[in-house]
Amino acid sequence: MTDIRADLHDTARPAEPGFGDYVVLLKPRVMSLVVFTALVGLLVAPVALHPIEAFAAVIFIALGAGASGALNMWWDADIDRVMRRTARRPIPAGKVEPGEALGLGLALSGIAVIMLGLATNLLAAALLAFTIFFYAVIYSMWLKRSTPQNIVIGGAAGAFPPMIGWAAATGSVGIEAWLMFALIFMWTPPHFWALALFMKDDYSNARVPMLTVTHGRRATRAHVLAYTVLLVPVALAAGFTAIGGPVYLAVALVMNALFLRGAWAIWRRTEAEAEADGYRTEKRVFRLSLYYLFLHFGALLAEAALRASGAYALTGFGG
Amino acid sequence: MPTGTHRLRPTHELHRRRFSRNLGVGVLLVAFIALVFGLTIAKVQSGGTIQAYDHTFRPALLPQDD
Repeated sequence: MTDIRADLHDTARPAEPGFGDYVVLLKPRVMSLVVFTALVGLLVAPVALHPIEAFAAVIFIALGAGASGALNMWWDADIDRVMRRTARRPIPAGKVEPGEALGLGLALSGIAVIMLGLATNLLAAALLAFTIFFYAVIYSMWLKRSTPQNIVIGGAAGAFPPMIGWAAATGSVGIEAWLMFALIFMWTPPHFWALALFMKDDYSNARVPMLTVTHGRRATRAHVLAYTVLLVPVALAAGFTAIGGPVYLAVALVMNALFLRGAWAIWRRTEAEAEADGYRTEKRVFRLSLYYLFLHFGALLAEAALRASGAYALTGFGG
Repeated sequence: MPTGTHRLRPTHELHRRRFSRNLGVGVLLVAFIALVFGLTIAKVQSGGTIQAYDHTFRPALLPQDD
């Protein structure tokens, strides 16, 4: 009798996951955007938190975003497996079991919400809980597979972090918080549809009703232009509130002009032209959209720094 | 001791992954404790009417009317 068995290593079981595999489950790139926008929301607010409270607030908002990412990966494992862009995520790659992702997502959601409530206030915690629910349940489980407007409504989940940051500092939600929310909310559709235009077959293979699949690529190009036009007044409006100023307005004017020009170029192109140059314009506008958001929030931060330094008091600008 | 023996327990890739996981969780727990400790200090420092040595009602701590 022997202990040696040929079937000792069951290859159907996921490999032993490393720490990094769990980090990937939390979508660190999305988390970095959440950290940035939440931090801006927190720092531009008229009430200053203790630095440690502010640090904790940003950490727990990011943790909540990561938790919703893990829940999204648990639910979407079947379509992630089919799409080229997502096939190497930990669950489809067989590194992490689905149940582990679910457990991690639920546990981190609870920790993030409770700790944010303890560190700051109940409103911020409630908004974070709603954001996680919105992304995991409303977007991932419901809208993503049922309507081509999935990106439009689901974009709200990504738009909440600056509002949560603002609520963490002030305990309320003002017009400025709503405008920061609206900026990301209106930015999300053209950003994702530009991506969908050049990630050609991914969404149709996965049977996700992306606008490119349900209404065709011409309609998607028109939608990119329409949403970019609607985005412009939202982006400019923030410049005329207490968080805006000349730096923000200058950045907003330039970036909105560039984004509009890009959306116009996408709308004018035919599919044949896009295929001929490998979707160069669509890829350029997608990249531009990332700079667009980063620079808008960076400008809001710059305005807050200028106000805090007293520079505006010297020039008599900005109240 | 016979010559040419092999090490019975070489470090396997699996052990490395487990170690990275344990180390990561350990570091996170220590960071979490440090954060909660820091938060506690910050909250106590910013709490104006908190005194450390009793838990009874003290009229002296109430805001005075003019």
